[in-house]
This record gives sequence, structure tokens and C-alpha cells, in this order.
Amino acid sequence: MFDSIAIISTWAIPSIVVGIPLYAYFIKKIPVYETFIEGAKSGFTTAITIMPHLVGMMVAITIFRESGALDFFLRLVEPILAPLMIPKEVFPLGILRPISGSAALGFTTDILNTYGPDSLIGRIASTVQGSTDTTLYVLTVYFGSVGVKKIRYALKVGLLADLGGFLAAVYICVLVFGGQ
Amino acid sequence: MINGIWLFFVAFGIGYSALAGNIDQVTSSILKGAELGVGVSLGLISILVFWLGIVKIAEKAGLIDKLSILLSPIAKFLFPEIPKNHPAMGYILSNMSANMLGIGNAATPLGLKAMEELQKLNKNKEVASKAMCTLLALNTSSITLIPTTIIGLRLKFESADPTEIVFTTIFATLISTFVAISVDKYYRRKERHIY
Repeated sequence: MFDSIAIISTWAIPSIVVGIPLYAYFIKKIPVYETFIEGAKSGFTTAITIMPHLVGMMVAITIFRESGALDFFLRLVEPILAPLMIPKEVFPLGILRPISGSAALGFTTDILNTYGPDSLIGRIASTVQGSTDTTLYVLTVYFGSVGVKKIRYALKVGLLADLGGFLAAVYICVLVFGGQ
Repeated sequence: MINGIWLFFVAFGIGYSALAGNIDQVTSSILKGAELGVGVSLGLISILVFWLGIVKIAEKAGLIDKLSILLSPIAKFLFPEIPKNHPAMGYILSNMSANMLGIGNAATPLGLKAMEELQKLNKNKEVASKAMCTLLALNTSSITLIPTTIIGLRLKFESADPTEIVFTTIFATLISTFVAISVDKYYRRKERHIY
């Protein structure tokens, strides 16, 4: 079963990258290269926009980790996480992810830099980062934009979904990559 | 909240350094962190530029509209109170489609338009309607098919297989969406009296 998962993961992106332009060019008669350039331009702004966030967060996280403060906290939570099979290194990411996108991205960067992208911890962090969203930010922006003040159960739903996504990410990675 | 977290990392980190006797490392940590931050955002340019180009082709070819049509039965199930052919539904569907393609910056404006339309249907303007809560549930559980940023990040750190996490990401995203929809449906029933 995991072989087919690896095949899906490997083929998903190449298929999309060849499929979309072929369809656009032959079925919809779209000038694919020019359209590509048009969209590609916005990639710069996106990358540059996140730079101040990443620098600010990476400095704070690096200080926090290299001082030994992070280890101190992780030792405190380890007894709770160990029986649940959650690697303690990814725990802060689970906490940060719903609160701040840039903080979570900074933390994932730190994990990939420290443990490597192909370690189990690196793969879990990658999956968590890719599969969850900044609940508090989305709630603030969306409700703020229309002036809603009472958000009822929306926060509970968002946070429970984040928890579900986080646990699912941890366990699927342990299952798929744990034996490697 | 983010202000508090950031300040906590910096202040607690430096305070801990002082107690642990490695305060001399703080300066090098600052440099290291800042350098990594710049390096990573520059490294992300490559994949973001490429991917947003592909997505633009998909958008112009009408694939987002196609995805919207595919999703419409799901949307009817999730938003039973939205009248047929109401503009809110169109925005909700395009928002869901953009989210699935991993283009957050295109999804947000569409989501905000959807909110605006839902607010028109909302009887009490200060209180979130059920449809609004459902829209938020879908957005925060983020059904993502292509996690562009994280693939870029893995490339930057020279992963042997940057895309190997696509399947696990889709799995985790499906679970979080399933949880979001179930919890949302539960609260919809529980709070029947509010539109």
C-alpha cells in the first residue's frame, strides 16, 4: 500500500504541471507561456512579503532554541506526549500553527534546518505545515471584514479541526515513514 | 497574541541564556536566525514564481470554474440555507477551489466576497450566521491539494524527495476537514434557534 502512496506523491505534481498547460493550450487555445509569465510575476511579491516575518520569527526562535529554553520546555511536556507517540520536537508547531502562520513557518524552517527535511520529525513538520491553517488569523480577517462581533462556535470548530489535522499528520507520517 | 509570543521567545530566550551562562551566544543566534530568514524567503521565490504561473494557466483555462461545478453538490449539503443561484454560493465555491489548489492569496479575496454576501443574508449583523461559521470551518481546515510553500522549503533544505509529503498532507487535510464539517454540523443542530 505504501508503495502506491509513494507513486501518487511522486506523480501528482508532474501530472498537474503537464496536464494543465496541455489542456489550456489545446482545448482552450490559451497562450500558455505568456499566461504563465503573467501569473509567475506575483511569486516575487509573495516571497518578499514573507521575508520580514521570517527574519523576525527566525531570530526569536533561534534565540529561544540556542539558549536552551526550548529544550527546557520540551522536557516539561515530554511525559504527556511520549505515550501519545507525538515527537516532542513538533509539539510547539502544533501550538503555533493556529495562532500565527509566520511563526509556524519559522518553526518549521527551524526544524528542517536542525533535523533535516528527510527525518521523521522533518516530514511530520512538513505535513503539519501543509495541512493546517492559521485559524485565529482567518477568523479575525473574515469576521472583521463584515463587522461580525459574536463568532459563536466558529473558534471551537476551527481549533478542533486543527487538533484533528495535527494528530492525523503525526500518525500518518509515523505509519508511512516511521519504518524507514 | 502574536506580539506576546514573539516577545516571549526573545525575552525568555535571552533570560534563559543569562541564567544558563551562555549569554555570549545571543549575538550569533540573532545573526544566524536573520540569515536563515532571508535565505528561506529568497529560496521560496523559485517555487512560488513557478507555481503561481501554472495556477494562472489553470485559472484562465477555466479549471477553477470546473472545480467549482464539481464541488457544488458538497456545497449544497454544507450550506442548505443559501437560496439557489445566490451569488454567495459562487464565491464560496471559488474560494474552496482556490484553497484546494493551494493559492491562499487568491482564496482570501474570494472568501471575503463570500462573507459579504453571507452578511446580506444574515438577520443579526453582529452575530455570525450558521453559513458563516461553516465557511470559516472549511477555510481553517484548509483542504489543500498542493502544499507549494512547504515543497519549496524542503527543496531549499535539499530534501532527497521534496514532494514525498504530498500524500500525507492530503490525508491530514482530509481528516481536519472531516472533523471541521462534523463539529460544524453538530453545532448547527445544537443551536437550531439561530439562523
